[in-house]
Amino acid sequence: MLELRAITAGYDRRNPVVRDVSLSVAPGEAVGLLGPSGCGKSTLARVAALLHRPDSGTLLLDGEPVRRWRHRAPRPLRTAFGVVFQQPRLAADPRLALTDLIAEPLRATGRRDEVPERVTELARTVGLTPDLLGRRPHEVSDGQLQRACLARALVLRPRWLVCDEMTAMLDASTTAALVAVVEDYRAATGAGLLAVGHDRTLLHRWCDRTVHWDTLTGAGRTH
Amino acid sequence: MTERSPVLSVRGLSVRFLMPGGRRIAAVTDAHFDVAAGECLALIGESGCGKSVLASALLGLLPGNAEATGEAMLGGLDLLSADERTLARTVRGRLVGLIPQSPAAHLTPVRTIRSQVQETVAALTGVRGRAGVRSAAQAAAERAAFPSDHLDHHPHELSGGLAQRAATALALVGDAPLLLADEPTTGLDRDLVDHTVDELRRHIDHPGEPDTAERALLMITHDLAAAERIADRVAVMYAGRIVELADAEEFFGFPGPRHPYSRGLLQALPDRAFTPIPGLPPELGSLPDGCAFAARCDRADDTCAVLPPAVGGVACHHPVPGAGMEASQGAQEDVRA
Repeated sequence: MLELRAITAGYDRRNPVVRDVSLSVAPGEAVGLLGPSGCGKSTLARVAALLHRPDSGTLLLDGEPVRRWRHRAPRPLRTAFGVVFQQPRLAADPRLALTDLIAEPLRATGRRDEVPERVTELARTVGLTPDLLGRRPHEVSDGQLQRACLARALVLRPRWLVCDEMTAMLDASTTAALVAVVEDYRAATGAGLLAVGHDRTLLHRWCDRTVHWDTLTGAGRTH
Repeated sequence: MTERSPVLSVRGLSVRFLMPGGRRIAAVTDAHFDVAAGECLALIGESGCGKSVLASALLGLLPGNAEATGEAMLGGLDLLSADERTLARTVRGRLVGLIPQSPAAHLTPVRTIRSQVQETVAALTGVRGRAGVRSAAQAAAERAAFPSDHLDHHPHELSGGLAQRAATALALVGDAPLLLADEPTTGLDRDLVDHTVDELRRHIDHPGEPDTAERALLMITHDLAAAERIADRVAVMYAGRIVELADAEEFFGFPGPRHPYSRGLLQALPDRAFTPIPGLPPELGSLPDGCAFAARCDRADDTCAVLPPAVGGVACHHPVPGAGMEASQGAQEDVRA
């Protein structure tokens, strides 16, 4: 269970973008979070993925409160999350070939020996051909790079996936393909999903349950 | 609106990138299309299919190793053979207003939005004087629905949607006869997408201002919903070629697209089948001799080893029959191409 309770977070303490927001995702559940541009939904997703320390509020992971964020978070917690961001160009180290991009989490956690097998398997899953794997980000399209970013998010077999506008930059066919990859992974592993976006049609089709940002804040909650 | 002369007329536009080792990348091949005043042509296709390269070619913004051939006429000027001085002084901003793909990278990071809009106003319009420029900049921001209380922010302080509106405001300042919007709705929420494309539409329609000429809009997008909302005609690009050029209403409604690729693209939408087209687009550096889509196409057969000519707006050996096509295949009128 992933529970966000009365989270207040932002970049300026006097003016937080997220105020008193609560949301929970059950194990294996896919929750779509809808909201307009700039409402703070990406910040909330970052809090949920342990990437942004909230000003106040509690994040409970399987009932245990999270006390440390980002690099201070304990490794078993950090690796429980796979995150895919909106802009693959900003989320990929331009110096790494796609194969190293996908393998990086394994190397960073001392699981180097799993690299060849896992990268080959995931490249096939996300539809990257071997010649694409040897290229660096500037040599591939946005859609191909986002495929690699999704493979990177799955490489440690996370229990939770956070997809922040994963498909906003992508065409319809690549969108459908990547959503299918996420759903296949979830069907196989029972991972939970928090998908943030503004495409109502897409999130309704993709997720078990969609919630609108306005219903999450203290004032908007009905119970 | 059939008899209007085109604002932009592209004939046989091809762009090749020369790579180290003599490799050639065919980013755009033999593109033909017109955009008329008061009309919106949406150029759609997967990422990496050459859409944005085509836009860069029209603005003379291709990198040094690119080679553009063909013709792109705009107001008596061939954009492809114009020199840098002409492009800088009369084309960019004045004849072609660009709404860029990633506004965050397009805006100057160290200056406020207000100062950038004011600079554009001063450079492109006759408005002079501090107060005049200030109020003209405010009006320009308003036209793109950019909130005036954010004018003193720097680009990094804006959400993706607001940055896009700031870039749109800059593009509208010069009142150019051709607006070139490169993925103007990427990263915006649905309401904002609707607002942005409606605003673009309003800008080309110009209701109630008979003294100003209508504008043409070439919108490059992968957002099919946005294209459906705004476009009069649709050009579908695949692997550097325009494979289908169709009336938007027929394309999105009945009888639907005729090229198998276009059909696959529409069927991938979450409110349709939500199934991806299998496989990946081919590499632009090693395109097959025949139809580039054949490897992913369920209608492919031996004839696809030969490059299909564009007939009736569709470049396919076995297109899905369109409206009025059932009786006389091949005898249909040529769509404007």
